[in-house]
Amino acid sequence: MHELSLAQGIIDVIREQAATQSFARVRRVRLQIGALSHVEPESIAFCFDAACRDTVAEGARLEIERPPGQAYCLACAATVTIAARPDPCPRCGGHQLMVVGGDELRVLELEVD
Amino acid sequence: MCSICGCGQGETRIDGVALPAAQGHGVAPDHGHDPGHDPGHDHEHVGADGRIYRHSHADDHLGADRQESLRHRQGREDGAARLIRVERDLLAKNAGFAAVNRRLFEATGSFVVNLMSSPGSGKTTLLARTLIDLKGRIAAAVIEGDQQTSFDAERIRATGTPAIQINTGKGCHLDAQMITQAVGTLAATQGGVLFIENVGNLVCPAGFDLGETRRVVVLSVTEGEDKPLKYPEIFATADLLLINKIDLLPHLTFDLGRLVGYARRVKPSLTVIELSATGGQGLEAWYAWIEAGAAAAQQKRPAGR
Repeated sequence: MHELSLAQGIIDVIREQAATQSFARVRRVRLQIGALSHVEPESIAFCFDAACRDTVAEGARLEIERPPGQAYCLACAATVTIAARPDPCPRCGGHQLMVVGGDELRVLELEVD
Repeated sequence: MCSICGCGQGETRIDGVALPAAQGHGVAPDHGHDPGHDPGHDHEHVGADGRIYRHSHADDHLGADRQESLRHRQGREDGAARLIRVERDLLAKNAGFAAVNRRLFEATGSFVVNLMSSPGSGKTTLLARTLIDLKGRIAAAVIEGDQQTSFDAERIRATGTPAIQINTGKGCHLDAQMITQAVGTLAATQGGVLFIENVGNLVCPAGFDLGETRRVVVLSVTEGEDKPLKYPEIFATADLLLINKIDLLPHLTFDLGRLVGYARRVKPSLTVIELSATGGQGLEAWYAWIEAGAAAAQQKRPAGR
């Protein structure tokens, strides 16, 4: 899948931060990967291990936050929680859903020294 | 590399030419760097004209004194860990290139269509037929994406349409940067319609904005009605679903209504056109959709350009 490109994206963000914040090593990287994002946390962790070699992030611990999927149901006029994209509204069983959260794919925080 | 599909980076080729690893400063004198710029690594800049400049620096931009004062200003204590709040989107780099592409396409009044599907859905056959049938009705150009070979670009050029082949090597999708680099060598993007045929894959292309005007998924009736539920991402990001090979329906147990129902579960507002690239059924509806899009892109073009 495309997780290697995304792991490379993490390294790009870290490089950018290293340039302005002057640090020598990253101890911990905190990510946010929403339940509805198109990314498997296990495979991004695997790819990160490969991508971080020979960078300031080599050996850094990866922490992954998983916000739940949130959608607005047009029929219920309410925000509901769903586990995956094709799931029906848990209230009315319909599919008139608009995803409003849980598709995040972000680097939140770095612990550095 | 990636354990799932073996995708990797650094092997992209455009019309068989590997992308350069480094370019000299002389090519792009008009950019600066933040203080404390990381030394010694290759990096890229997107110029105002959408061109990519890639180069590396032999040494740091800062003297030792200024580095020391920078550390003081940031309150850094040697050996002490600190937290940096980043909040940066992982696809930020792709989004940046996509924005550059979108500005270029809008400025030239181009209608850009990102065609996505699994391998074997008939994308290239549909595209070649479309280009022949619309000859004289629209000005078109094509960017072809495949892991290897330039077979598809050759098929497109045989229709008399300019085409560029991007080979992604082990990459499983096109990204916005590849498009930025390819359009630089494709003069025919000055208005008209640019078709981008993505790498045959229903998974990875979903996550990458190329700066296109519209996203189109092609699914053939030989593939199974449940694809929208199995690969929801790509359908959720699509504007149009083309159901191809409908001339084969009499020979199959395919339930067209079920497919459309599943697709609209994932994307309630999805437009659907049923067609056959070889039989010709439904093609006029597809052509009307293209012409309407091209006309709208021309209208939105800034005055005086």
